[in-house]
Amino acid sequence: MKSGTTFAACAALIRRDLTLIWRRRGDALNPILFALIVVALFPLALGPEPENLRRIAAGVVFVAILLAGLLALDTLFRGDYEDGSLEQLVLSPHPLSLLLACKIAVHWLTTALPLIAVAPLLGELLHQSEAVRWVLPTALLLATPLLSLIGAVCVALTVGMQRSGMLLALLVLPLYVPVLIFGAGACNAAQIGLPYAAPLLWLGAALVLALVLAPLACAAALRISLS
Amino acid sequence: MNSLTLWFHKIGSPRTFYRIAGAVAPWCYGAALALGAVGLYGGLVLAPTDYQQGDAYRIIFIHVPCAWMGLFAYIFMAANAFIALVWRIKLSEILSMASAPVGAAFTFITLVTGSLWGKPMWGTWWTWDARLTSELVLLFLYLGVIGLYHAIEDRRQAARAAGFLALIGIVNLPIVHFSVNWWNTLHQGSTVRLLGPSKIDAAMLWPLLTMALATHLYFFGSLLLRTRIGLLELDGGKDWARSIALGESHERAGARTHG
Amino acid sequence: MAEFLAMGGYGGYVWPSYAVFFIVLAIDAFAPRVQRKRVLAELRGRLKRRQPRNEAAS
Repeated sequence: MKSGTTFAACAALIRRDLTLIWRRRGDALNPILFALIVVALFPLALGPEPENLRRIAAGVVFVAILLAGLLALDTLFRGDYEDGSLEQLVLSPHPLSLLLACKIAVHWLTTALPLIAVAPLLGELLHQSEAVRWVLPTALLLATPLLSLIGAVCVALTVGMQRSGMLLALLVLPLYVPVLIFGAGACNAAQIGLPYAAPLLWLGAALVLALVLAPLACAAALRISLS
Repeated sequence: MNSLTLWFHKIGSPRTFYRIAGAVAPWCYGAALALGAVGLYGGLVLAPTDYQQGDAYRIIFIHVPCAWMGLFAYIFMAANAFIALVWRIKLSEILSMASAPVGAAFTFITLVTGSLWGKPMWGTWWTWDARLTSELVLLFLYLGVIGLYHAIEDRRQAARAAGFLALIGIVNLPIVHFSVNWWNTLHQGSTVRLLGPSKIDAAMLWPLLTMALATHLYFFGSLLLRTRIGLLELDGGKDWARSIALGESHERAGARTHG
Repeated sequence: MAEFLAMGGYGGYVWPSYAVFFIVLAIDAFAPRVQRKRVLAELRGRLKRRQPRNEAAS
């Protein structure tokens, strides 16, 4: 049997994933709704004073989007595992890490990108300061792919489990700590008028590193949990 | 095959390791107890009172050895996980997973004693200091490894998956430490330096090192006992494990009829 | 003795630390023994279940 080129395989995989997600497009709203609800809880808990909310706005939005991404992680391999196509991917002659990178990219485009798009709105709900308005989406743009890549490795480790929700959070959140620190740190630095380029550059460096390493690690993890 | 690798294979076989571990573990425990008694006597009675911290500094004799052990156990776990994943050695899988609960226990002790030490010295139970925060992340990494290990049915697959997580964790740990340091300096300078440039007095140093040695020995004792159980679980179908299971029930039955 | 227990006024912090140290390590030392009993009992159970089948086969 002759197999197509790796490029064709990746393109077919991306097309298939996008089609599947398009058929269940209602689900794409769930993370946004979740982030919105989490953000709305803070004024209710802390009081509506704009000064208080402004101080914590960037951090709260960051954490809300991180948690929404964590909830969405579960769907990364779940459907493919249940219908058996994940094992087909592992058995395919093409490099597994590349195929997984495509899957992660599609997942990021469909879950994280909408979240970044509503981030300014969430910020306004908390009266975010002028200085943060551009730094927050930039930080999110660098941080969310990193979160997706790190998360994908952990999802690959828990892929065969029935109820992996709490365990996945326990595995993923300690690994998210540096991303959160630099992402939210950049926003906080901008807010108090400090230079914020350094943390953003660190995030960028980590992203480049993760882009290369995480798909390889994800492939190795998937081979372990499907063996 | 030269004699060294042969010896290595022999040691590494579950049956032999089970026997050797059973013989060595009590000695580890005994030596740990003896050294611990000496170290605590030196630390609590012989060591002089600190001129700055009074007697509260005496927490150091358990806090610092436990902190070292928390890190040591993690490195030990990750090194064994690496060996297990690359060369697929069963014994390394079990050693790696056996060190996780012990390391988690030491990290937990470090956090609690640090908190108890922080209250009189800093005036607060907890501060988001860089070291405390990375120690907390370390505890979560341990709990993640243990949780993953127990969530997977197949023992070998569980050990490999959890070992892989331990390896990711050890890559992440320096990054966490670096980022937490950066984060803390953004807010405020680190105000408390416990073991700053000031040299520690010899009368305080020797009990500290003795305690460190004692905790290392305890770690290996506990590790060997846990490894024995892991080997029994994994080799449950083999003859040697069966004879141990049956032998122990005979012993118990014998004790019951005699007693 | 009372002076030793008071630890210069810090006894309330020093002794709980040592208590935590010993309690946690005691639990850690005790857990493998309990686990070992459980594993061996499980093994014996598995052997017992298999034995009648072996006898029937022979």
